[in-house]
Amino acid sequence: MYDILIIGGGVIGCFIARELAKYQAKIILLEKNNDVCSETSNANSAIIHSGYDPLPNTLKARLNVLSNPLFDQVCKDLDVSFIRNGSLTIALNEEEVETLYELKERAKVNGVEVEILDKEEVLKREPNLSDKVLKALYAPTCAIINPFELTIGLMENAMDNGVELALNSKVVAIAYKDNYFTVTCENNKTYQTKTIINAAGVYADEVAALINDTSFKIKARKGSYFVLDHFDNNFVKHTLFRVPTSKGKGVVITPTTHYNYLIGPSSDFIDAKDDTSTEKEVLDAVKERANSIIEKIPYNQVIRTFSGLRAVSNTDDFIIDYSIVNKQFINVAGIQSPGLAASCGIANMVRDLVLKLHPYEMNPKFNPKRRKMIKLSRMSLEERNNLIKENPTFGRIVCRCEKVSEGEIIDCIRRNAGANSVKGVKKRVRPGFGKCQGTFCQPHVVKILARELNIKEHEVVYDNLGSYLIKYQTKLGEKSED
Amino acid sequence: MKTNYDLVVIGGGSAGLAAAISAYDHGIKDILLLEAEAHLGGILLQCIHNGFGLHEFKEQLTGPEYAERFANQLIERKIEYKTDTLVLEIKEDKTVIYSNKEDGLVEVKAQAIILATGCLERTRGAINTPGDRPSGVITAGLAQKYLNIDGYLVGKRVFILGSGDIGLIMARRMTLEGAKVLGVAEIMPYSNGLNRNIVQCLHDFNIPLYLSHTVTNIIGKDKLEKVVIAKVDENFNPIKGTEKEFQVDTLLLSVGLIPLNGLLDKVNVPTHPRTRGALVSQNLETMKEGIFSCGNVLHVHDLVDFVTKEGRKAGYGAATYLKGKMHKKGRRIITRNKSGVSYVVPYYIDVENILDNLVELNFRVTKPFEKTRLIVKLDDKEIKNIFKLHMLPSEMESVLIEKEILMNSNAKEITLEIKEG
Amino acid sequence: MKEFICIVCPRGCKIRVNEQGEMEGYGCKRGITYVQNEMTNPKRMLTSTVKIKSKIVNRLPIITSSEINKDDIFRVMEEINKVKVEAPIYIHDVIIKNVLGLGVDIIATRTIRE
Repeated sequence: MYDILIIGGGVIGCFIARELAKYQAKIILLEKNNDVCSETSNANSAIIHSGYDPLPNTLKARLNVLSNPLFDQVCKDLDVSFIRNGSLTIALNEEEVETLYELKERAKVNGVEVEILDKEEVLKREPNLSDKVLKALYAPTCAIINPFELTIGLMENAMDNGVELALNSKVVAIAYKDNYFTVTCENNKTYQTKTIINAAGVYADEVAALINDTSFKIKARKGSYFVLDHFDNNFVKHTLFRVPTSKGKGVVITPTTHYNYLIGPSSDFIDAKDDTSTEKEVLDAVKERANSIIEKIPYNQVIRTFSGLRAVSNTDDFIIDYSIVNKQFINVAGIQSPGLAASCGIANMVRDLVLKLHPYEMNPKFNPKRRKMIKLSRMSLEERNNLIKENPTFGRIVCRCEKVSEGEIIDCIRRNAGANSVKGVKKRVRPGFGKCQGTFCQPHVVKILARELNIKEHEVVYDNLGSYLIKYQTKLGEKSED
Repeated sequence: MKTNYDLVVIGGGSAGLAAAISAYDHGIKDILLLEAEAHLGGILLQCIHNGFGLHEFKEQLTGPEYAERFANQLIERKIEYKTDTLVLEIKEDKTVIYSNKEDGLVEVKAQAIILATGCLERTRGAINTPGDRPSGVITAGLAQKYLNIDGYLVGKRVFILGSGDIGLIMARRMTLEGAKVLGVAEIMPYSNGLNRNIVQCLHDFNIPLYLSHTVTNIIGKDKLEKVVIAKVDENFNPIKGTEKEFQVDTLLLSVGLIPLNGLLDKVNVPTHPRTRGALVSQNLETMKEGIFSCGNVLHVHDLVDFVTKEGRKAGYGAATYLKGKMHKKGRRIITRNKSGVSYVVPYYIDVENILDNLVELNFRVTKPFEKTRLIVKLDDKEIKNIFKLHMLPSEMESVLIEKEILMNSNAKEITLEIKEG
Repeated sequence: MKEFICIVCPRGCKIRVNEQGEMEGYGCKRGITYVQNEMTNPKRMLTSTVKIKSKIVNRLPIITSSEINKDDIFRVMEEINKVKVEAPIYIHDVIIKNVLGLGVDIIATRTIRE
């Protein structure tokens, strides 16, 4: 019997798991994919917004503003890449300048520090911006984060503190009897729990419906992006927004914590909640909008395009509350932008809802820090050589583009919530993120995974179960299929 | 550990091997060659088909045979080399930083560097193919490595995008190993592969080639399920209503190669916008004195024999430089491509340092040409007018210019163009 | 009507042959010989791999010692697929002698020492 069962291993589910690990409760997190951080948390703008934008008095505004200053400590504890680079919201015409002043007022109500900069100052800070810029709203607290490291770090730290994780566990039925739930997964495993936290992202309404809670609906809104290689660390330093329109934040051009650049997102409601395809017309439109802020974007540096889904509720705000059907079932739904930026506060709010039901004692053994990631890139020559002497796998660089060693890959597999797929390794330590997109390193990563997981090379998957890379061995006859 | 060398060669494929051997034979004995993979030979080791060496040896070798001949020459000369060793950085002062399991992270000081790191395959990201992102979409070269070295077939029902030679060769290889190849789509109205490969890799196995077609959708959640192709118009935009669907578990991409010259980032060596390789002189010296570049990292070749030849030239250039026999840089003649020519390598002729009696200019044409003339001009003065029966963009062309003509001219530019009719 | 692409030189003439065996489209005489061979007795070199027990690779590359009939390719592949060798193997070692009695050997194209 579990005290708390969390459905969904995105940043919200993992943050809640880690927050509740501070208490003496038996907790499990179910994730339907083969890894945490596999859907919305895996494909977004990776921005910790300052919080000036959401409408005042919404959960979005309150939790975003509350969360923003908390990330420094969380990222330090979990060893997550995080840079407070500040944002510039660009106005290109008089009408947009007016909007900037409205946003400045809104920022004041939300309690966010902003400043309006004139053209000269804006261009001084971002020389590659279009000469057409008139003014910009500067928000110094806006930051960029590595959402993979954050989500995975949270889960790893939760597990370090006793939380269990079950992957490939899609919930298909929930029954409530004698004051506990029985949760059944597609793989026929069942779990008993006193409390359920529904953090199922775009599927949160479907999960709630399993206990006949149909009080809300989630629609998926798709955002498509370009990823540029790290060609020039000074191409763009701030996170740049075009003044928002009725369609959302409009276009974003932002560096990532690893000095790639993201350009996107589009914003279109879609029917299928698993449709993360990209379309040429949509990406062309993103290009056009991006070009309005920076005319000379080197699209020959594009190494990847991708789409992510946002969970949009029918209230258009976050839904974080006890279910109207059963108080032991807590919905955490509709976590669209600024969901990542508000995730810290969301976890705290859910914690309070849980403690109101069950006042669990604090866990005195809780350790907020995860073991530091071994990152060769931040070590001195001497430190690296000492490490290589101790463990030569740190001398063998497997990923040429991102300069990742075999040792770092082994370490990310062996940790709690460790990598078990090629994409899992990519999300944790970056081989496959570079210009070659895994063309050079993939066979090496496959070999390391097979060795570490004690499976055959051809059993290694790219991401989810079934996503085989090298399914068939040659010269073995037809028998070798599977 | 030795941390000073006259010459460090980065890359142990066909270019690097030839460069190191040639530098040695021109009198430079203090050489270190660094190879990222576990064996010397580079990409040739996975190119198990034959047809290599027609120019170099007047016989048809397989890739591994060709590689072994040069690896043996390196070993016979006792040139020092390290495998499984990745160069992380080169600095302006020609410090080379490499890492491997045995030596750790090492800084080596070189008097000259030859960059021979080859190229990488363009991926789906580089061509923005729309659709889902399942596994099973893989570059042809990676599939070739899995098949020919590791013994894995990436799939059993295959479609191929791009008619470059690697894609064609893989169509045959996968068919021989038990896969069904349903077709090859090429966005251009002509194939980018050798005719021999069209015939022996596609026709022999009744694999259709769809010219002026591209992949317009990729469908599949975790594993590829199908691809959609469509005919394209003259601007390469897909034409609605011409779509065809193929149920496949694999889409091989053979859509071009890009020089792998990230190491040049920190040494401020300018690169060519078209080839994306370094700007070099006829001795293959980059704009940074003592740093040379050759092979596919300089510009993508179609024949390994030409890579070897270029590697040798870089080795000769580096040896000349190291022996102090290069003259102070003086007049430059910049090469220019005009109509019909897509690029010329080298970027300039270093007139004070023409080492042979002939300077070779390599170039590619922009489209297939029949019965045309190649015109070479020094500024406005025509110096060559050569009849060309046929030229293809997929086949590198070259023209030789006499040293004397170059020495006796005050021209600033040398221009190559194709005149039709 | 059958169509061939001549591969003797890079020009790649498209040569058509009608029911009477008359050819058109060839640029030179070599094209005629090429098409005659392709029509009567097409031959190919065959390259593939065989299984190898080795510390460093799973497959050893091989080639036929001379051309085989195009129609024999898949039969020879079946023989190649049955073989497993063990390192060390040296370049040009004979892996299968006189495969299927065709008078052609299967030969290693790479040295695998361990």
